[in-house]
Amino acid sequence: MTLFIEQCLNGLQFGLLLFLLAAGLTLVFGIMDLVNLAHGSLYMIGAYFAATFAAWTGSFVIGAVLALGATLLVGMAVEVVVMRRLYGRDHLDHVLGTFGLILFFDEAVRLIWGAEGLTLPLPSWLNTSLEILPGVDYSAYKFAIIVVTIAVAAFLYVLVMRTRVGMLIRAGASNREMVSALGVNIKLLYTLVFGLGAALAGLAGLMQAPILTVQIGMGENILILAFVITVIGGIGSIRGALVAALLVGFIDTLGRSYLPDFLRLILSPNAAATAAPALSSMLIYLLMAIVLVAKPEGLFSASGK
Amino acid sequence: MSRELTLRNAVVALMFAGLVLLPIYAHFANDRFLLALFTRIVILAMAAVSLNLVLGYGGMMSFGHAVYLGIGGYAVGILAFEGVNSGFVQWPVAIAASALFALVIGALSLRTRGVYFIMITLAFAQMAYYVVAGLARYGGDDGLTIQKRSQFVAPLNLSDKVQFYYLCLALLFGSLYLVWRLVNSRFGLAVQGARSNDMRMRAIGFPTFRYKLICFVIAGTLCGLAGALLANHSDFISPATMYWTRSGDLIIMVVLGGMGSVVGPVFGAMALLVLEEALSGITEYWQIILGPLLLLVVLFAHGGIDGLLKLASGKVRP
Repeated sequence: MTLFIEQCLNGLQFGLLLFLLAAGLTLVFGIMDLVNLAHGSLYMIGAYFAATFAAWTGSFVIGAVLALGATLLVGMAVEVVVMRRLYGRDHLDHVLGTFGLILFFDEAVRLIWGAEGLTLPLPSWLNTSLEILPGVDYSAYKFAIIVVTIAVAAFLYVLVMRTRVGMLIRAGASNREMVSALGVNIKLLYTLVFGLGAALAGLAGLMQAPILTVQIGMGENILILAFVITVIGGIGSIRGALVAALLVGFIDTLGRSYLPDFLRLILSPNAAATAAPALSSMLIYLLMAIVLVAKPEGLFSASGK
Repeated sequence: MSRELTLRNAVVALMFAGLVLLPIYAHFANDRFLLALFTRIVILAMAAVSLNLVLGYGGMMSFGHAVYLGIGGYAVGILAFEGVNSGFVQWPVAIAASALFALVIGALSLRTRGVYFIMITLAFAQMAYYVVAGLARYGGDDGLTIQKRSQFVAPLNLSDKVQFYYLCLALLFGSLYLVWRLVNSRFGLAVQGARSNDMRMRAIGFPTFRYKLICFVIAGTLCGLAGALLANHSDFISPATMYWTRSGDLIIMVVLGGMGSVVGPVFGAMALLVLEEALSGITEYWQIILGPLLLLVVLFAHGGIDGLLKLASGKVRP
C-alpha cells in the first residue's frame, strides 16, 4: 500500500512535469500556429543553465532562478531570430526549421559543455524524505516539484484567464489580424508567449535535472511524450494538456511498476519478463490510439484545427 | 518528366550515368570507402523516394518514415539470428511486415490531418523504437549484428560489394520507375487531388481515405525493402535506425532535393550525405553548421535542388 501511494505520487509528479512541457508546446501552437520541435532543446538548455549557475553561485535556488531567466531570454532570442520568419508558413517548414534548430542546439551544448553530462546536486534541505502520511515517507524534492508545478499551473490559469495580457493572448489565438488592428503590438506579444513557453520548458528541465543526469538529447525523448499529450488533450487546449499529462504520467508510472506483476498472473514468468518492458513503453501510445479512434481531435479540442 | 534537353534533364541523366559508372571508378581508384558511401546513398535515396510519395505527392506529413527502415532491417536481422538466411524468405517478410505496419498506422493516423498527423506518425514510430529497444533477445538497445547477408541463388552474392551496389541501384531505379508510373496514373492523380482539396475529391466521388491509405502503404513497403538493404549493407541493425531523428533526415532529403519531383529525393539524399561527409571532415561539430544551413534552405530555397535546376532551365512550375 505504501508503495502504491508512492507510485501514485510519482505518477502525479511526472504528469505535472510533462504538463509544464506540453503547456508551452500547446500555447505556442494554439496562438502562433507553430509546431516547435525545438521545445525539447529549451528543456535541455534549462537543465544545463541550472547545473552551471548552481555550481557558480553555490546555491540551488539562485541557480534555478537564474537558469529560468536565461532560458526565457534564449527563447525570446530564438523567436526574434528564427521563429518570426516561420509564422504563416507550412507546418512542414516548421518541422524542418525547428529540426535544424535541434541540431544546432545539441551541437552548441556539446561545444560549450562537452559531450559528457553534468550533474546538479540537491541541497541537503531538499535531499531528505518527508512523512506525508502517517507511515508513508516520500522524497522531499519530488514533493517540492509537485508543489511548484501546481503553483505554476495556477499561475498560468490566472495569467491566461484573469489578466489583461492573458486576454490579449486568447484574443490573438482566435483572430490575430483583428488584435493587431486594434493597436496591440502582436509581435511583442508573440515574443513574450514564446519566451513563456521556453521558460516553462526550462523549468521542467531544471527540476528534472537532479533526478536524471543533464545530458545532450535529454529533451528529445520527453518531447515525444509532450507531443502525445498535446494530441490526446487536443492541440491548443491548456486544460486538455493538464488532463492528458496527468493521465499519461499515471499510466506510464503505474504501468512500469505494476505491469510485470500483472503479466506474471496470465503469462509464464519468462514470457512476462520479456513482454513487460516492451508493453509498458507501449501503453501511452495505445492510449493515444484509443483516443484517436474515439475522438480524432483530442479530448478537449480548442478549435476545429 | 519531359523528354526535352534542358539543363535539368542533362544533370539528371549525368547523375544516373555517374551512379552507374561509380563502381568502375572506385575499382580503378581503389577507393572502397567511396563505394560504401554511395551504396548507403543509393539505399537512403530509395527510402527518400518512397517518403516523397507520401510527403510530396500525397501531402501527408509523415514524421515516422524511418520506422520502416527499422522494420525491414529487423526482419532480416531477426530471421538471420534465428538461422533463416535465405533472402527469398527474409525479403518477403521484410516487405510484408512493413506493409502491415503501414496499414495499421496509416488507418489510425489518416483519421487526422495536419499537425496531428505529424505528431501521431512520430509517436507511433517512437513506440516501435521503444518496443524494439526492449527486445532483450535481439540485442535491445545495442542492436543486432548480422553474421551472414541474405542468401540468394548463385551468381547473386550480396557479400560482393560491387554486386550489392548494383542490386541497390537497380532497386532504386525500379522504385523511381514505380513512383513515376504511379503519380501519372489515375490513382496518383486522385491522391494528388486529395492533397490539394480533399473535400472536393470526396464530393466528386473518390474515397480519398482509401486512396491515401494505399499510397501510405506502398511508400511504407518500399521503405521496408530499403531497410532490408540497409541492414545487409551495414551487417547490423539497431533501434537507432528507426529513431525519430532518422525520420527527420529522410524528410530533409526529400525537401532538400525537391518535394513532389520524382528524382528530387535522389539529389537530396546525395546532397545531405555528401555534405555530412564534407562537413565532418572540416569540424567535429559539423551539425552546428548543418542545422542553420537547413533553416536557410527552409526559409529561402523552397523547391529544393530540383526546383533550382528547373529554374535554371527556365521551366518554372506554377
